[in-house]
Amino acid sequence: MTDAGAGPTAGTQDGPVWRSRRTDRQSTRTVRVRTSAVLIAATALAVLLVPPVVQLDQQAVDLSAKLLPPSWEHPFGTDDVGRDLLLRCVYGLRVSLLVGVAAALTATVIGTAVGACAGALGGWVDRVVMRLVDTFSSVPHLLLGIFIIALFRPGVWPVVISVALTHWLSTARIVRAEVLSLRSRPYIDAAVSGGASRWRVTVRHLLPGVLPHAALAAVLMIPHAMWHESALSFLGLGLPTRTASLGTLVQSARGSLLAGQWWPTLFPGLFIIVPTLAIAGLAGAWRERFNPRRRSELML
Amino acid sequence: MLELRSITAGYDRRAPVVRGISLTIEPGEAVGLLGPSGCGKSTLARVAALLHRPDSGTLVLDGEPVRGWRHHAPPARRTAIGVVFQQPRLSSDPRLRLADLIAEPLRATGRREEAADRVAELAEPLGLTPDLLRRRPHEVSDGQLQRACLARALVLRPRWLICDEPTAMLDASTTAALVEAIEDYRAATGAGLFAVGHDRTLLRRWCDRTVHWDDLTASSVPPGDRPGSPLAARRPAGAP
Repeated sequence: MTDAGAGPTAGTQDGPVWRSRRTDRQSTRTVRVRTSAVLIAATALAVLLVPPVVQLDQQAVDLSAKLLPPSWEHPFGTDDVGRDLLLRCVYGLRVSLLVGVAAALTATVIGTAVGACAGALGGWVDRVVMRLVDTFSSVPHLLLGIFIIALFRPGVWPVVISVALTHWLSTARIVRAEVLSLRSRPYIDAAVSGGASRWRVTVRHLLPGVLPHAALAAVLMIPHAMWHESALSFLGLGLPTRTASLGTLVQSARGSLLAGQWWPTLFPGLFIIVPTLAIAGLAGAWRERFNPRRRSELML
Repeated sequence: MLELRSITAGYDRRAPVVRGISLTIEPGEAVGLLGPSGCGKSTLARVAALLHRPDSGTLVLDGEPVRGWRHHAPPARRTAIGVVFQQPRLSSDPRLRLADLIAEPLRATGRREEAADRVAELAEPLGLTPDLLRRRPHEVSDGQLQRACLARALVLRPRWLICDEPTAMLDASTTAALVEAIEDYRAATGAGLFAVGHDRTLLRRWCDRTVHWDDLTASSVPPGDRPGSPLAARRPAGAP
């Protein structure tokens, strides 16, 4: 393969060269999918099994052990009031994942409903709804999220609502585009001719066709929603600081980072990045299988 | 009576595909419409099937002018017309098994309980075996799927049948079977037929009367206005 520049004259050598290149790319993808799957499995196990199996109090304060660097006893070190960071990270991941999944599901339900209505009804309903979507999209969604979250007392559900209400827009666009494309198919004509109502056409013929797209959008949104939770909590607007979430952990570690203690920031940071990239990697592979024409970057 | 009166229709108001076409089909009559590909005959069929609102003109169905198309038409009016489309693959929901595909209009109009009997009754003469009825569209051939699509068009016992080149994709024996099934249905119910196609021989044998697209446009558009049609020029003299 050192002779990569071999032109069309090297006909006999082209075959093996091409085949090995393709295998390289495929194996890279396989490695990515497997790594993602293993990381997601590890995350799920940690989140589901650690709290019931390890009967330790994540809130236990031990001021004699505050800000200890990573050691065998505390693999991730301890925070500024002596809580074990590994345990805090696992509990934090639990909350962040819950927020991420709940927000992504809510946003997908809203987006699918709005997109399907706009696409199926068409006409002025479609125009009004899509202009509203454009208007909402023009506001930076972190800003809009902050506005929404300010309306509630701090807690898990306001964060879910804030992230969901700012993230249904892209799903609505995807679903509407797909519904528009399905709507002009002859089998919809056949259903109309068979006496089906608008509702029946939408629910029986259009929605089943867009559900795979909506499901993929939902999975791809989980990492995004987790990042938003972290961002909101980091800004001090999301979850109350006593609730361990990955965002609140990074936020409360800010002070110690300036004092040279790196571990209270690094480990929660890794806990944000690794599972979200794993989910995005697996969803990306799913999208490639589902729509091979559109190989593209991570949609984050 | 199905009466199309100076229908102008298309997908862009500035450039209509169908311009001022008039055509009348008497009750129980079978009318074939011949025309070259892309001339607008399918659009006219869609207008007649209440699936495409024309830009102007009136459609009178059984003595009553049609005021709404698609969902603006009452379900009872839409279901008075059975439609068989050109491409069975595209006109069947890929998620439904053939039995559900055929029964779908019954379910959509709240006659779910008749479904099983009616499907069995229609499937048998069309050669759709119970095994085929359990399959999904991608698991059957075009001919089998088109037979299921015909069963779907007949399931609500329409007074009119509109066939938009239903046999264009099929071999001779399937074509014969489809035409025979349609004719049996018409003989039993006295339904009218509006068949669109470009197969002169088939339509002439099948229909009571065939009209050519160019003759329809000739009667409606002043001679000076008529767009030159190379296919019309090549048509043998005296052909309909």
